[in-house]
Amino acid sequence: MNDVLIRLENITKSYGAGMEPAVNNLDLEVQRGEVLVLVGPSGCGKSTTLRLINRLIEPTSGKIVIDGEDVTTVNPSQLRRKIGYVIQQVGLFPHRTIAENISTVPVLLGWDKKKIAARVDELLELVSMDPDTYRDRYPKELSGGQAQRVGVARALAADPDVLLMDEPFGAIDPITRDRLQNEFLRLQQDVKKTIVFVTHDIDEAIKMGNRIAILREGSQIAQLDTPEAILAHPADEFVESFLGSGAILKGLTLKKVSDTELHQVPILRQPVMREDALKALQDSPDQVGLLLDSNDKPLRWIDEKAINRTSQPIERSGRPVTVDLQPEDTLQDAITVMLQSSAGMACVTDRRGKYLGCTTIESLAKLIMSDN
Amino acid sequence: MDFLIGLFEFALSRPERVLEGVIQHTGYVASVLVTAAFLAVVTGILTRKSQLAKELSLSLASVFLTIPSLALFVIFIPFVGLGFAPSFIALLLYSLLPILRNTITGLEGIDAGVLESAKGMGLSSTQVLLKVQLPLAWPVILAGLRVSSMLVVGLAALATLVAGGGLGDFIKDGLARLPLPNSYESIWLGTLLSLVLAVIIDLILQALRLATISKGIR
Repeated sequence: MNDVLIRLENITKSYGAGMEPAVNNLDLEVQRGEVLVLVGPSGCGKSTTLRLINRLIEPTSGKIVIDGEDVTTVNPSQLRRKIGYVIQQVGLFPHRTIAENISTVPVLLGWDKKKIAARVDELLELVSMDPDTYRDRYPKELSGGQAQRVGVARALAADPDVLLMDEPFGAIDPITRDRLQNEFLRLQQDVKKTIVFVTHDIDEAIKMGNRIAILREGSQIAQLDTPEAILAHPADEFVESFLGSGAILKGLTLKKVSDTELHQVPILRQPVMREDALKALQDSPDQVGLLLDSNDKPLRWIDEKAINRTSQPIERSGRPVTVDLQPEDTLQDAITVMLQSSAGMACVTDRRGKYLGCTTIESLAKLIMSDN
Repeated sequence: MDFLIGLFEFALSRPERVLEGVIQHTGYVASVLVTAAFLAVVTGILTRKSQLAKELSLSLASVFLTIPSLALFVIFIPFVGLGFAPSFIALLLYSLLPILRNTITGLEGIDAGVLESAKGMGLSSTQVLLKVQLPLAWPVILAGLRVSSMLVVGLAALATLVAGGGLGDFIKDGLARLPLPNSYESIWLGTLLSLVLAVIIDLILQALRLATISKGIR
């Protein structure tokens, strides 16, 4: 696993004497197959650092090694064809169709037409766009989210090992951004590229990164570690203030419901006998029980008051279960559902809706405490 | 109405001269526009990286436009003689500015993100120019060419002053013979044929626009 693909050695970029260098003596290693997020306040030199890797900016001094080869002296255009590059403005060529845009690098590399056409379709499918619908359209016909999907497809066209992404989802509305981030994470599980990802958004960094480098002015690394470790142990005040006050809440997006211990509440099934139900509830430390249908699907939260209300059958008293969680949901989702639920807990079901157990605030707190 | 009939009769009674005038006039427009487009686009490309060079070339092209047209047709006679050459040079100098101005504007107006991604994907600077910058600036360049074409169609009538022929011959003859019969007919014929030529050239440029500009940026 300790396989370094990109290494920046002693990199400095300065724009003339008397000015603070944009990047000052940076050493950075990127492991093969990881997503390394560079995050920091604006002007900290994170984009400059990214652009040094594909030499859109030439370093003043230092060395960049990719896959064992010193790339500071090779032909920059040749180098860039082997590195995918995605930017916030996307930068699709407006005079070319989607297919032509995606095939830019393969054409430069001289692939034959059939191979290119097949690759274009494959990539469009990969980014969840129907090839027949979009192949011959022009960029102006796409929404912002679709354009960036094509941007990612274009960057992946020649199957580069390395992908550089400069705030790729920065200009996209929050809902679409969230969806693109999720799609991108799923896609990365398939393609396993080595990705350097720049953002100023710490939440995005935590979500996307296998490791995060928090940068301060001059591209100095304030802390470089996994999101979990950074959230749990910020290295200094700068990192702490950059994480913001909600560090623990942010950490919740990193954990899944399946990480918690599920709690079992009393289970009631139809037909419910009033006395049995009452006994079950009184025997248990919980205030509520859960009514399941014949397929073990949760129906209603039943408490003592509901049982005692004799005016209607138990099956129709209590409060309905409106939302349930799946094991792969994040703890942030769990908190939301719990806060909405009348019972102060949330039931967890498998994908088919079958009841597995409940998450409670206590189990969440226990998990969070175990980290610190 | 009588005047129109007279105009027709006047034109039909001297078909060779009309044809010759139209051909000469069209010849000016075509040769001047092709040369000017080439020179202006090349200048725009060569100066694209230097603000100073851009400003200088634009100033020079503007200076040409400020020279009185009557003078510009005449001042080259000592060097190139009478006829086609002094007219061609004068029209060429006039037609540079709109094309040059638009070439520079077109190249400057390209989205920075498009250029960044082109470079970032590994296009060399020549490839960026040929595959991205020129195609994207082309609609703007073509608009400049259209302005120049109108300018040249009108000004080419002055070629007659330096024995350069063209539709201006009809206007000059008419002027010289005022108010004798057929003098107004002659002036009107030259003017109307210039107008018709202008419309036809505009249509050709429109067709060129449709044929050469990608659907993605129309």
